Amino acid sequence: MTRKNLGPSVDRRKFLKGVAVAGAAGTVSPQIASATILAGAAPAHLPSSLPPTAQTIAAETGTPQAEVSRIGGVAGSDFMVDVIKTFDIKYLPANCASSYRGIHESLINYGGNKNPEFLTCTHEESAIGMAHGYFKVTGKPLMSLCHGTVGLQHATMGIYNAWCDRVPVIVMGGNDLDAAHRPPGVPTFHSAQDINALVRDFTKWDDTPVSLQHFAQSFVRAYKIAMTPPYGPVMISLDAGLQQEPIHNSGEKLYVPRYTPTSPPQGDTGAVKEAARLLANAQNPVIVVDRAARTEDGVGLLVQLAEALQARVVDMGGRMNFPKTHHLGAPLTAVNNADVIIGMELSDFWGVVNSYVDNGEHGIGINRFKIKPDTKLISISSVELNTKANYQDFQRFQSVDVSMAADAEATLPALIEAVKSAIPNDRKVAIERRGEAAKKARAEGRARTLQLAALAWDASPISTARLVMETWGQIKDLDWSLVSSSGNVSNWPNRLWPIEKYHHWLGGSGGYGVGYGAPASVGAALANRDLGRFSVSIQSDGDLMYAPGVLWTAAKHKIPLLAVMHNNRGYHQELMHVQRLSSFRNRVANLGDDMGPIGTSIMNPDIEYHKFAESMGWWATGPIKDPAELGPAIKEAVAVVKSGQPALVNVWTQPR
Amino acid sequence: MRHRMFRTALAALAAGAVLGNSAALATSSQKGKAAFMKYGCWQCHGTQGQGSVATSNGKVLAPDPLPYESFSAFVRSTNGAMPPYSEQVLPNDDLADIHAYLSSIPKPNDHTSIPLLSQ
Repeated sequence: MTRKNLGPSVDRRKFLKGVAVAGAAGTVSPQIASATILAGAAPAHLPSSLPPTAQTIAAETGTPQAEVSRIGGVAGSDFMVDVIKTFDIKYLPANCASSYRGIHESLINYGGNKNPEFLTCTHEESAIGMAHGYFKVTGKPLMSLCHGTVGLQHATMGIYNAWCDRVPVIVMGGNDLDAAHRPPGVPTFHSAQDINALVRDFTKWDDTPVSLQHFAQSFVRAYKIAMTPPYGPVMISLDAGLQQEPIHNSGEKLYVPRYTPTSPPQGDTGAVKEAARLLANAQNPVIVVDRAARTEDGVGLLVQLAEALQARVVDMGGRMNFPKTHHLGAPLTAVNNADVIIGMELSDFWGVVNSYVDNGEHGIGINRFKIKPDTKLISISSVELNTKANYQDFQRFQSVDVSMAADAEATLPALIEAVKSAIPNDRKVAIERRGEAAKKARAEGRARTLQLAALAWDASPISTARLVMETWGQIKDLDWSLVSSSGNVSNWPNRLWPIEKYHHWLGGSGGYGVGYGAPASVGAALANRDLGRFSVSIQSDGDLMYAPGVLWTAAKHKIPLLAVMHNNRGYHQELMHVQRLSSFRNRVANLGDDMGPIGTSIMNPDIEYHKFAESMGWWATGPIKDPAELGPAIKEAVAVVKSGQPALVNVWTQPR
Repeated sequence: MRHRMFRTALAALAAGAVLGNSAALATSSQKGKAAFMKYGCWQCHGTQGQGSVATSNGKVLAPDPLPYESFSAFVRSTNGAMPPYSEQVLPNDDLADIHAYLSSIPKPNDHTSIPLLSQ
């Protein structure tokens, strides 16, 4: 498809021929022999036992007399690097692959391995996860390269998580389209007509450029689409021929299209006014947010809206939307008595106003409506602009009264002004009283939460509350960032830590694809390293075991990160599912030799995470089972991380 | 039935007694802890019945568990998120032991006496 108009000078196929001729004098591989025959030369039948010829000896030991340039001009992938360098893409986490060797070589040699800098990854899922975490700290996307088939298959879950979590990643997969000319053997097995099809259901856009100018347009377009809210991953299939062939002079000069960021979509003026009217006149309005804040500014805007209304804010935690120390912060139960609820960038509005109980009734479970029947619902969600028919990351359909297909952060300034204008004078005293009641409710809730954290404080395995607070005790005086909390620690960080800044909490995977925590932590820690911040993660055992090689990547590239393990020695979610089903069916769960139903435990033998972290260049200690030993261990690890190294503390914990 | 009442009385005693005061009671609590693990109660409620917002909707089993009759009735017939445990799955003796174990768990310190929680 793309191998056309080959110029008369040395091309990629002739390059292969040259290799074949040189190689034939030494050892003869089947591929090289084939290439030689295809090129029309007489097959050489040289037994391997013959001594090297004088020509071979000269070729291998002599000084070349003339500059070798088999490429026959400027490599096409050099131009690709020129295109990429017009964007401020600082890093390129990737697992190397032959199908993108052309651009790989251009990036590290022609491009000087800067903007982007290649980061060696041991798994494509790790590479995408790193890009995912990096974006949530910096707001800047990274790109990743992968083999178009098997590499992309490895990368898919990471791409799916990024899609669900509204995170832009520019993925490029190497592929060799020209079946008549691509090397036989593995390169042909690993080529496909349409590699992008694999991820089309959970990327915003994809393309297969067939010329260098097409690549320039595709890359700029891909970046622009990925970076327009709702953000999302994009995919470019990168033909191996296009990378490796020289730039052909067809009379048209190659250029890089100018990039202008797209302004995010704002809510319709009329809908914003109607939403403001409902909120301003409500007796008990509640704001529910998930990925409403895309930046620190978004947090500030939400505070303004909440304070203008003295409305309580339920933060579902997709991002750090609202300061946890603010008196208007509230648990989800706040919706129960609301008369107006505004949901911003919610993945699951249905779940906010309904509850589902998995009690096995009729094999399904029961649903309950948990708000008052006349409660008005307002939705602002950019995801309505970006849905797919097959894969879906929305939940059950929820009817609302005002629906805006718009970006929440971009709409907030207009909404705040509209709300301030719409508040009747006779409502102002009531609004002030609402704020006082919220302060009282928050103080009481805080005391209850702290007392709950005291339960099982001295237990072994160590309670998740203690795990979280012993960690907090050692980092609280630093400019910290909780880059990931994988597994489930009963949401203690959000309940107990003074999470106030956008980088204090980065949210979860988005798609609940387990294995996100470790690579996203490393990617976010990389971003924080450059910003001078301290990164800490709560790292679960099951999550780490999907692709633990990312630990090596962190050590290799000197990325400081404190990973405190929530090692409950099981896939706990699934463990409970099988237990629940056993009880529904009136059977005793078969535990085998483990503590959980067969197939759900990670024990016997217990994994010594600290040892394998050590083997990959980390400072590590554990397993910590005595809660009294936890604080000192974390303190030691913090000192290591401050010196620039990653450190892991393996802690045996309670299940949740 | 008599046996069950005896067990209930033991559990009630355990609620007010310190583990180890009586050999019979201690054995009951220890067996109860083993049963608590064996039947998977720990999975949602934690090994000390501390509960979790994520798995038990914040419900705390210990200290101060429900009176045995209420506790038993709930376990046998719950129609909520927690699956019911029939006697076929969890025999009465083991259930009573579990209650004894939960009753033996001491109250936690007040959070203000724990430096990391005295905020």
